[in-house]
Amino acid sequence: MIPACPLAALPRGEAYRLDVEPPIALFHTEDGEIYAIDDTCTHQDASLADGWLEGCEVECPLHASRFDLRTGRVDAPPAKLPVRTHRVVVEDGTVYVVPSEEPPNLPPGIRAGTA
Amino acid sequence: MRSIAVVGASLAGLSAARALRGQGFEGRLTLIGTESHRPYDRPPLSKEFLAGRMSEADLALEADDEDLGAEWRLGATATGLDPSDRRVLLDDGTSVRADGIVVATGASARTLPGGGGLGGVHTLRSLDDARALRSDLVKGRRLVVIGAGFIGAEVASTARDLGLDVTVVETAPTPFAGALGAEMGAVVASLHGDHGVRLICGVGVRGLLGAGRGLAGTDRADGVQRSEGAGRVDGASGPEGVDRVEGARAPEGVDRVEGARAPEGADRVEGALLDDDRILPADVVLVGIGARPNVEWLAGAGFQLTNGVVCDAGGATGVPGVVAVGDCAAWFDPAMGYHHRVEHWTGALRRPAAAAVTLLSGGATAPDPPSSPYFWSDQYGMKIQFVGHARPGDTVTVEEGDVADRSFLAVYRRQDRPVAVLSLNQVRLFTRWRRRLDAVPNRTDSTLRSEL
Ligand SMILES: Cc1cc2nc3c(=O)[nH]c(=O)nc-3n(C[C@H](O)[C@H](O)[C@H](O)COP(=O)(O)OP(=O)(O)OC[C@H]3O[C@@H](n4cnc5c(N)ncnc54)[C@H](O)[C@@H]3O)c2cc1C
Ligand code: FES
Repeated sequence: MIPACPLAALPRGEAYRLDVEPPIALFHTEDGEIYAIDDTCTHQDASLADGWLEGCEVECPLHASRFDLRTGRVDAPPAKLPVRTHRVVVEDGTVYVVPSEEPPNLPPGIRAGTA
Repeated sequence: MRSIAVVGASLAGLSAARALRGQGFEGRLTLIGTESHRPYDRPPLSKEFLAGRMSEADLALEADDEDLGAEWRLGATATGLDPSDRRVLLDDGTSVRADGIVVATGASARTLPGGGGLGGVHTLRSLDDARALRSDLVKGRRLVVIGAGFIGAEVASTARDLGLDVTVVETAPTPFAGALGAEMGAVVASLHGDHGVRLICGVGVRGLLGAGRGLAGTDRADGVQRSEGAGRVDGASGPEGVDRVEGARAPEGVDRVEGARAPEGADRVEGALLDDDRILPADVVLVGIGARPNVEWLAGAGFQLTNGVVCDAGGATGVPGVVAVGDCAAWFDPAMGYHHRVEHWTGALRRPAAAAVTLLSGGATAPDPPSSPYFWSDQYGMKIQFVGHARPGDTVTVEEGDVADRSFLAVYRRQDRPVAVLSLNQVRLFTRWRRRLDAVPNRTDSTLRSEL
C-alpha cells in the first residue's frame, strides 16, 4: 500500500498524479468516489490525470478515448486496451493505493519501467 | 430500416457502423472500402509510424475481439450511387442496395499539377503512402516539403529527427494562418527554425526538376496551394537574406552521410524550382498542399457537392436516406452559421453518432449541438492542441506560460467572448478550456456571451 496524497489535496472533480513506475492517476469524482488507474493512456504517451473527468469516466486529453475508472474499460478508439485499475484505501485523511499485480498496458514505444 | 451500406471503411465509416449497432440497428450492414486494409488510424502516418516508433498492427482501429456483424467489401470502390433504389455501384460491376447509406469516403491528398512520374515525390494520406515515404527518408538526404500545413510540418519534424536536411516552402506569407490566425501561425511555424529546418514563405513552387527531364511541372503549383481558408498573396517575397539555396549548408547537427543520396536516375526528383527562380535541391519531396474530398463518385446523383457533400447539422444530405460523415462532408455548423468541411480526426470519430441518429430516425430526431471542433498536432516533440474557430480580427492573449518557452496557452476572443484556444505543451490546462468552451451551448452568440 503506497501513501498517495492527503485527501484534502484531492478535491472532488480533481485528479492527482502519483510519480511511481509506471505513474498512477487518482480521481475524485463529483459523487465522492476515489479511483486509481495507470496514468499513461494505453494508446500513446498521454497523462490521464490531465484528462477530462466526467462521472466515472476519464477522457484522454489527446485523442478522446474514454476509460471507465471502475473497470479500466475503454469505450472507443484510438485506444484499444483497457487501462489497469488499482485499489484505493482512504485512512485517517490520507489516500493510499494498492498497486495492481497485473501487467500494465503501456502504449507502444513506452516500455514497462521506463514510462 | 433493414439494410445500411457504409461507403468508406476508415475512421468515419467504422465509427458510423459502431454507432448504428450501438443505437440498436440489427439489420444487414455492409462496409465498402477502396483500400484492402482493415480500418487504420491516419494521424500516426506522419508521426510515430513514419518515425518507426509504431508498427502497422498498432494502427488498427478495431479491437481484436470486435465484431460488428458486418459484411466487409474491402478492395471495392464505389463508382456511383443510384438514388432511385439507393444502390451503390461498385468498380467490379456489382452493386449493393440498401435502405440507408452512409457516405464516408474521406479525402485525398492534393498533388502538384505536372509533378507526377518522378521518383522520390510523395504525398501522404494512406498507409501505402506512408510506407513509401518512410523507405525514402534516409539519414543525410535532402527533403523538400511543399506546403507548411500540419501534415507538411509533421513530416518535416519527423524527417529532421531521422537526420534529414529539411526545407519547407509555403506559398502563403504565414503558415497555419487559416487555422490559427497569422499571429499564432507564425509562432507555431517558428518551431521549424528552432530545430534546424529552413522555412521559406511567400513563394510558390513552379515545378519539380528531375535528371534529364528539366522542369517536370510547368504549371504553376499555386492554383492548388490553398487548403481551406489560406489565400495566396502574390508577389510576396521570401524571407530577407535567403536567396540562392542551392548548395546551402546543412543545418547544424546534420551529418552529410556519404551514399545517403538517392540513386541517380532519369526519373528521380532533383529539386524544386520556386516562383522566384530559386532552386531547392532535393533527394525527396513531400507535397503537402491539402486534401480534396472524395465525392466525384456522387456526381449526378442529386447531392449538393461544393467542397464536400453538403449536409444539415445532423448529417442529412439532399438525398433521402443518405447521410455523410467525416472529411468528405460539409455539415451545417450552427455556431458559424454556414456549411463547413472539417478535416479533424475527432469530427470523424464523433459526428457519425449524430448521423446514425438522423439515419435511423429518418431525420425526426434533432441532433445534439456539436462540440467545438478540436484537433491536435505533434511537431518536434511538442503537443499542439486547438479547439474552436479562429477568425481574422479575433484578439489573442497568452493566458498561461510564455510563447518564448514554447509552453503556453492562448485564448482567442471575439467581442470579449472566448471562441478558441491554442496550446503548446499545456495539456492539462487545455483540457479545462476545452471543457469550458464545450459546456456552452454552441448555438447563438448571445447565449454564449451570457454564460461565459
Ligand atoms: C498523415 C495524416 C496525419 C493526420 N494527423 C491528424 C492529427 O494529428 N490530428 C487530427 O485531428 N487529424 C489528423 N489527420 C486527419 C484525420 O486522419 C482525418 O480527419 C480522418 O482520417 C478522416 O476520416 P474519414 O474516415 O472521414 O476519411 P479517410 O480517413 O480519408 O477515409 C476514407 C476512406 O474511404 C475510402 N474511399 C474513398 N473513396 C472511396 C470510394 N469511392 N469507394 C470506397 N471507398 C472509398 C478511402 O480509401 C479511405 O479508406 C491526419 C491525416 C493524415 C492523412
Ligand atoms: S493518447 Fe490517449 S487516446 Fe491517444
